[in-house]
Amino acid sequence: MKPAPFVRHVPRTLDEALKILTDVAGEDGRVLAGGQSLVPIMAFRLAKPAHLVDINEVEGLDKIADDGKTLTIGARVRHAAFHQPVTANPLGALLSYVARHIAHYPIRMRGTFCGSLAHADPSSEWCLTSATLGAVMVAKSVKGTRDIKAAEFFDGIMSTNLKEDELLAEMRLPLLPADAKFGFYEFSRRAGDFAMAASLVTYRLDGGKIVDARVGLGGAEASPRRIPEAEAELNGKAPSDAAFRAAGEAASAAIEPLEDHQTDAAYRRDLVKVVVRRALEHSLT
Amino acid sequence: MSAHTKGSGGDGMKWVGRSIRRVEDPALLRGRGRFTGDLPATHWVRFVRSPNAAGKIKSISAPDGAVVITAADIKGVKKITPMLHKFEYRPVGQPILADGEVRFVGEAVVAVVAATEEEAEDIADLVEIDIEDAEALVDSRVAIAAGARQIHAEAPGNVILKGEVKSPGFDAVWASAAKIVKIDARSNRQNATPMEPRAAHAAYDAASGRVTLHCTTQMPHLMRTAIADCLGMPESDLRVIAPDVGGGFGQKMSLCTEYVLVTWLARHLKSSVGWTEDRRENLIASFHSRDQYVTLEGAFDKDAKLLALRADVLSNVGAYSCFPTTSGVEPLMAMAEMPGPYDFQHYQCLARGALTNTCTMAAYRGVSRPVITFTLERLMDKAAKAFAIDPVDIRRKNLITTFPYKSAMGLEYDEASYRETMEMAVEAINLPAFRARQQLARERGEYLGIGFATFSERTGYGSPAFAARGMAITPGWETVHVTVDPSGYVEARIGSSPHGQGLRTTLAQIIADEIGVPPDMIKIVHGDTETAPYGWGTFASRSLVISGGATLIASRKIRAKLLKIAEHMLEAAETDIVLADGKAKVAGTDREVSIAAMAREAYTQTHRFKGEIEPGLSESGTYDPPGTFSNACHVAIVRLDPETGHVKLERYLVAEDAGRIINPMIADGQVHGGVVQGIGNALLEEIIYDESGAILTANLADYMPPTAHEVPPIELHHMETPSTQSVTKAKGLGEGGTIGPPAAIVNAINDAMAPFDVEIDTIPATPQRIRALLRNAERAP
Repeated sequence: MKPAPFVRHVPRTLDEALKILTDVAGEDGRVLAGGQSLVPIMAFRLAKPAHLVDINEVEGLDKIADDGKTLTIGARVRHAAFHQPVTANPLGALLSYVARHIAHYPIRMRGTFCGSLAHADPSSEWCLTSATLGAVMVAKSVKGTRDIKAAEFFDGIMSTNLKEDELLAEMRLPLLPADAKFGFYEFSRRAGDFAMAASLVTYRLDGGKIVDARVGLGGAEASPRRIPEAEAELNGKAPSDAAFRAAGEAASAAIEPLEDHQTDAAYRRDLVKVVVRRALEHSLT
Repeated sequence: MSAHTKGSGGDGMKWVGRSIRRVEDPALLRGRGRFTGDLPATHWVRFVRSPNAAGKIKSISAPDGAVVITAADIKGVKKITPMLHKFEYRPVGQPILADGEVRFVGEAVVAVVAATEEEAEDIADLVEIDIEDAEALVDSRVAIAAGARQIHAEAPGNVILKGEVKSPGFDAVWASAAKIVKIDARSNRQNATPMEPRAAHAAYDAASGRVTLHCTTQMPHLMRTAIADCLGMPESDLRVIAPDVGGGFGQKMSLCTEYVLVTWLARHLKSSVGWTEDRRENLIASFHSRDQYVTLEGAFDKDAKLLALRADVLSNVGAYSCFPTTSGVEPLMAMAEMPGPYDFQHYQCLARGALTNTCTMAAYRGVSRPVITFTLERLMDKAAKAFAIDPVDIRRKNLITTFPYKSAMGLEYDEASYRETMEMAVEAINLPAFRARQQLARERGEYLGIGFATFSERTGYGSPAFAARGMAITPGWETVHVTVDPSGYVEARIGSSPHGQGLRTTLAQIIADEIGVPPDMIKIVHGDTETAPYGWGTFASRSLVISGGATLIASRKIRAKLLKIAEHMLEAAETDIVLADGKAKVAGTDREVSIAAMAREAYTQTHRFKGEIEPGLSESGTYDPPGTFSNACHVAIVRLDPETGHVKLERYLVAEDAGRIINPMIADGQVHGGVVQGIGNALLEEIIYDESGAILTANLADYMPPTAHEVPPIELHHMETPSTQSVTKAKGLGEGGTIGPPAAIVNAINDAMAPFDVEIDTIPATPQRIRALLRNAERAP
């Protein structure tokens, strides 16, 4: 459980960090932010990066900004920053509720929002949040800046479309409508474990009917995504047990379930049905 | 919460029975503990382990200049070959490094030596082992099936041992039964998961040619005997020290090949050599346990009275046999103790151990009894259902109530409180109120369940009990040397090797009462073959009973001698002298002499004794008791989420009887820790192999011990039935906490699932397994 040899670089500015990333791109250079996922997999020698570009000393990466339309989250913003709402917009309450489900307190003090996205674990709460709410990832390199939509960012289990010389410098989440409702539910065997299925939902009510439904699902497939079949069961209907159940059933039927030793396909579908419905039920509380 | 209700106090004792603080804790809590891995070494070892479950080693390659040791380098080192002289046992040998063939994923093949752990791991990464893959036999039923590939030439059919018993007249009684109730139980594989993984540090002394081995072990003396045997060296050239040990739970009572190799390397390199395994190694390559299939049938008369039990135990013992207990430890424990706390006289059992291409099985806290208690208690609940009576009532009909009692296996049960602890638990949990709450909850679509487990547990047994297994190494007795030094302070050297049990505190309490000095003047010395008398270490819920008994015997001799010295110094009759508060006093007078003064006299003024009293103040006691049965009733209340299969423990209650309690706080701590491990067994912890013999649960995210979130407050109630089979009247309680939870919790889950008419008889009862049953059940969500 000792990592393979590596060189640690500690840039002080973003330009310096991007320069180093470019220099080491061909030699499996990796960005080190909170290290809560990368360091354990290095200890297991499942990853053996020759270079680590440690961004913990880089100025300006720890900012959270709300410009009235968008919430921008810097590369080094820790999970714990969201323990209290970061904005009065309903998005603040949503992120605060979701954050409490991420691992354990000491991990939340160190791990970062953008690090979770770059790591792209299928069960990550922030990946689910980004996919559900239509986040935009801002990738920077010495060549320039590239905006990547969440739907195009995730590329399977622990894989993204970030290039080797790119840093996920920040991510942008659209603020929610003032009357937006949200609900979240995740299932794991022990508190703080990786979610075996998780769902985040948002919608508005217009004349008592659901509009703009977003049903996101994480932990169930290779990448988190919105499930249009479930959203179709909700839009235009009043919130009801029947509608919520139908959405859960639709999501359960729509997925290509991940399988592992504690979750076969049938069980994953069971869980998806439940987490979607319970996320919707949570939206009413 | 503790309730001491029966036979406690009242005999004038002063220290025994009090919750004094553990003398062990200040150093550990302040980070001043000393563990094996803290020692500096000149060389560090990293083992390269087999990635294959089975096959011939074709070649091994290492980078140029690397120091690597393979089986070819240690030809003179003997294999570990544990022996049983009964039960058709087939001795199989385990080479210290895999020799020509590998038999499980994780088997050590190459030892890399370097200046640091990091460098050793870097080099190990570059070592390549080419193995000609053979079919892996993972499941015990597959391994013993006709035509299966043979794992060891010495063990045909992959059966390493077979025990059979059948009581006379069994068939006639069986035929007379009104009902036969049957369970096919499955216990999956677990790892004891001590917080400190295995570690060894061997240092060669050039002046004497001796080696000092520090290692994290439960039995330092036997490690010395065994390692000296393997290396063909005099035992006196090897000193074994168990410093602070971060949990053992049985995993650290077996000899591991790595400790032999580290000792060999220190002699070979004439230097110091360290090894600390990582968590992954501990999970795949230390020792596993509890991988059993148990089929159990009970024959009942028309009144639900148990007449006979018939059992078939198949234990997956892994690739090799563990030393010293052998792979008989699980199947033979199951065979001997299956009858449990119930009154019946006819029993048939077939117990087998199956060799497989998996990590070797060894003892883990409770040894088989969590599994057999789970099986038997599930059977009793099934029988209650078959007779349409309450689970508590069927136990009332069948628990043993008269003592001593001879079991169908011929074991003698001493006085216990099977029925009383159950009634205590039933009252404390308020069963009628629970049933009402359960009914209301069901009407709301919520599913609560309650489960009971009553069990007996043989503890503190000496060499006669172990001898019944026919072991080449038959443990049992303990010796304690108690010395009052010339300053009046007391030192007891013990052969037990406590590693978290608080024995330094409890033994001091026993000595304090006997010779009249406070515990803070008493030191307990253990864990070093140079300073402690030969002993068997700490395992099998034995140390407080056996080492405690030996301590009491030695202390009584000290007491007798102190009284003689006092008689001499105070010129009074021995019968008029009282020993207390560090003094000897002549009753009814103001004449007294301090124990310190008597001790000084015993060493420095012996001419005054005129040959009537031997010089010095040091006595020895040895104790080898027959064994005494502790007992308990555990109760679990669970909330089942039928849609996800998730089980939340709402309440856990233990009514425990371990005889006289020396220190109630320490006793409670033992039960708490055991229950937590039992919760892991019941719900969470499982080592999973795939068909190729690779482990899918090689880290603590996939192998899941319970965390604080999964453990409810544990409510304890004690009864004290003083043991007649133990000089201190204490019974053992180290393992009891672990034994009850799988039975109580899974009974509770089945109670919660009763409306759906499905049952689970597998541990751990994971949400996936529960959901698989409910998915196909009528009426279930």
